[in-house]
Amino acid sequence: MSGVVDQARNAETFLADTVHEERLDKLLWAMRLRRDAAARQVPEWEELRTLASEIKEHTLSNLSQYLIQFEARATANGMIVHWARDAHEHNQIVYDILAEQGANSLVKSKSMLTEECELRPFLERRGVRVTETDLGERIQQLDDQPPGHIVGPAIHKTTQDVATLFSQKYGSDPRNLDAAYLAGVMRENTRPDILNAPAGMTGANFVVAETGAIVVATNEGNADLSAHTPPLHICSVGIEKIIPTTESLAVFIRLLTRSATGDKITQYTSMFRGPRKGAVMHVILVDNGRSSRLGMKRFWHSLKCIRCAACMNTCPVYRRSGGLSYGSTYMGPIGIIMMPTFEIRKYSELPFASTLNGSCTNVCPVKIDIHEQIYGWREVMEENGQIQVVKKEAMRVADEVLSHPTLYRIATTALSTALEVLPHFAVYNRLNSWAKHRDVPEAATETFHEWYRNNRLHTNEEVRRG
Amino acid sequence: MQVALMVPCYIDMFYPHVGIATLELLERLGVDVVYPTEQTCCGQPMANSGCYAEAQATEEHCARVFGSFDCVVTASGSCTHHIRNKFTAGADTPEKQNLVRNTYDLVEFLHDVLKIREFPWAIFEHKVALHTSCSAIRGLNMASMSERVHDPVFSKPKALLSGVPGIEFVEFERVDECCGFGGTFAVTEEAVSAKMGYDKLAFMQKASPECIVSSDMSCLMHLQGCARRQKQDIPFYHLAEILNGVSL
Amino acid sequence: MNSTQALSRNTILDSVRANQPATQPMPTIPHFHTNQPADLVTTFCESIARMAGVVVTDLLNEDVPDLDSFLRAKFPDAKVFCSAIPEYAGTIKPASLNHWSEASTIDICILRSPMGVAETGSILLSDIELQVNTIAFLAHDLVVLLDPKQIVENIHDAYEHPYFKLRPYSVLMTGPSGSGDISGITVHPAQGVKTLTVILFPAQHAGQRSG
Repeated sequence: MSGVVDQARNAETFLADTVHEERLDKLLWAMRLRRDAAARQVPEWEELRTLASEIKEHTLSNLSQYLIQFEARATANGMIVHWARDAHEHNQIVYDILAEQGANSLVKSKSMLTEECELRPFLERRGVRVTETDLGERIQQLDDQPPGHIVGPAIHKTTQDVATLFSQKYGSDPRNLDAAYLAGVMRENTRPDILNAPAGMTGANFVVAETGAIVVATNEGNADLSAHTPPLHICSVGIEKIIPTTESLAVFIRLLTRSATGDKITQYTSMFRGPRKGAVMHVILVDNGRSSRLGMKRFWHSLKCIRCAACMNTCPVYRRSGGLSYGSTYMGPIGIIMMPTFEIRKYSELPFASTLNGSCTNVCPVKIDIHEQIYGWREVMEENGQIQVVKKEAMRVADEVLSHPTLYRIATTALSTALEVLPHFAVYNRLNSWAKHRDVPEAATETFHEWYRNNRLHTNEEVRRG
Repeated sequence: MQVALMVPCYIDMFYPHVGIATLELLERLGVDVVYPTEQTCCGQPMANSGCYAEAQATEEHCARVFGSFDCVVTASGSCTHHIRNKFTAGADTPEKQNLVRNTYDLVEFLHDVLKIREFPWAIFEHKVALHTSCSAIRGLNMASMSERVHDPVFSKPKALLSGVPGIEFVEFERVDECCGFGGTFAVTEEAVSAKMGYDKLAFMQKASPECIVSSDMSCLMHLQGCARRQKQDIPFYHLAEILNGVSL
Repeated sequence: MNSTQALSRNTILDSVRANQPATQPMPTIPHFHTNQPADLVTTFCESIARMAGVVVTDLLNEDVPDLDSFLRAKFPDAKVFCSAIPEYAGTIKPASLNHWSEASTIDICILRSPMGVAETGSILLSDIELQVNTIAFLAHDLVVLLDPKQIVENIHDAYEHPYFKLRPYSVLMTGPSGSGDISGITVHPAQGVKTLTVILFPAQHAGQRSG
């Protein structure tokens, strides 16, 4: 079991690199503004959000029925449906499917679920060569780094970073910073893999129960290529991705890309309802903790997520910390409320990587109450003993002082010790951290309480309570 | 109707002049104000840290001190948001329920209850960068938020301040991006918090304000700390001071 | 289904059933048609242009489109024209491809789409139009005929098309392939076609002239 992710320290490291931090902050804020512009063009935007939220809540509260319906329809369509209880079982199923076909290489399009399951290292250890075909994922694969953002995995890298990386791995020109040139380098290098791959893998943005369909939205066309060129198509999808009908799909398609990038739709919004002639299609329905999360009264709404990353783009903490600072598959606001369900100790500090400002909740297309869940997770961490003992003790002392007016008055009249008592400063091992980049407020010569006593009590009745 | 004045702990200790301005302003408006002297804190710092058990005694004390008043006013959006929306650490007594129902931020009290729009005793012929806290915007609905693009644009703090002769507001970018204070976040994620503060100041300064104003002193405490460290001597005022007739 | 799979399936479904919250109702979904729909063709053209798609309206004035001249003028270096429509012969047809990978030899691929979507600038294609699914992705450039009368207003309308309930593969395509993964800069192409050109022309003129 790994240690606790120190997101604050990772963020500090990221911030020290002013070039990358300021660039990421500007880029993603611009994405947030593009989302705003797109929403402005849709008068029914708020109504769509409410519909999307209600459709998901209906589906999740009837999930077993919809899973069974999907399985039946997909099977009738010619898909082979599998069920995976956890990441390991998912990975084993994928490997077994490949082994059965004698496939020792795989091309795949972007799937956060496969990142979550750590599929690639599992397959590579067993001799299967995996090629990511999504440009951002490919960049990260070549750099041996996990994705830093769920829509733009390499968005934290500058064009120079990519040019340098490609020159090392592909022998291209490290000084050519034309993004089109670099995209072309990747295309040339992955095209042979795509054309010759015995197997292709995709994720899915949505799964339609009524028609037994999976829906994949990409800009690159790589998912369609990964699905159509090899004779074997494997699709892995979390069980929470199900929606009831094609009619309901329209609501999500209208919200997804606008929320993610500000475009109205992706270049390719594809629907797969079965294998093409002469090919085989498998669908793996993955649980990996989702059904348990469904039973968490305060947190099950996080399952509505459609992976648009609007919350990350708007989050002032994410934009200044970088996605890799969270040390997790899913990052930013949605990551904070999902990751503790996978490993509570490892991610026990994430709920504190937030100012609870609430911007995320208000851009979320499916109206997840993200910042309120973040607040809720803080309480869970405390109840589960995940909060550092020193901090908890400091809070206990604060409560003791603040519930006794006499103690409070004594503490605050001794002005030089006010800083030690004030709960905002009562923290674990970083007592002087306020002062690292900020001046400390000057203690007043008399508190309000003292001023009131000296200037007003002779004119007003003193009100006693308690 | 008697109004009980709640002075947040950090105003009590560091910015008593804001508490004084709030009191004087209410008195000017003919409000019968009392200051219950046994008050301490609303419990927000502990609760926001997840330390619910450690907020219980403080919240119960707060309910006892204020629970019998028909109206409680505090010059803090974050304290009001905490009491109205998150005050669950203590026992659910009638006093507590009363407090939750009857607490107002100063802006809400002036704008919605007293419905005051003019402050003829004040004059402030200066350019102001107005900052509204996230608690006020998204917790208390005191101003529209940029995320909800179809909502009509409004701001209760701005509406009040507009009643002060001579005042001018400068427009700056990312107007409702969080300033970075966030309570204990300010120290647990110090680097990010400070960068957010520095960035907010930079956006404001681009618009050349003469001072920075907010109805939340916690944001100003953080922004002022960032500004002074950068040797910027721009003045900071709480909204209550401006409405009460402070001069630059 | 083998016994391990049966166990996994039952374990998951049991866990879901035990945990799923009390049922919440499915909402009614409106169509959000505007009361005064703007000219759908204009909206379609604006939408697809934002995604780097190109729309050709010139041929609408002709009784019979001279596709051959148009295509040779627009793509002077192209050699292999794969036509999936009856009104144009091209140099090859999808049926003549022996293997899907041969689609990468196609310079220009010409198809007809049965539906366009004004809201997003999308055109619908399925395995019926494509015949070989890869031609829309491995060809260098794509040209699509679309009847202006078959443009629907929005995505709600689009998903009523029977293809989505019937076909094994269908795609709403909006512009050529692209990516913003490098520094957020949009480039074309990524893995798919370099350009997408939509020629607006009524469907009833099919078969009157071949190139």
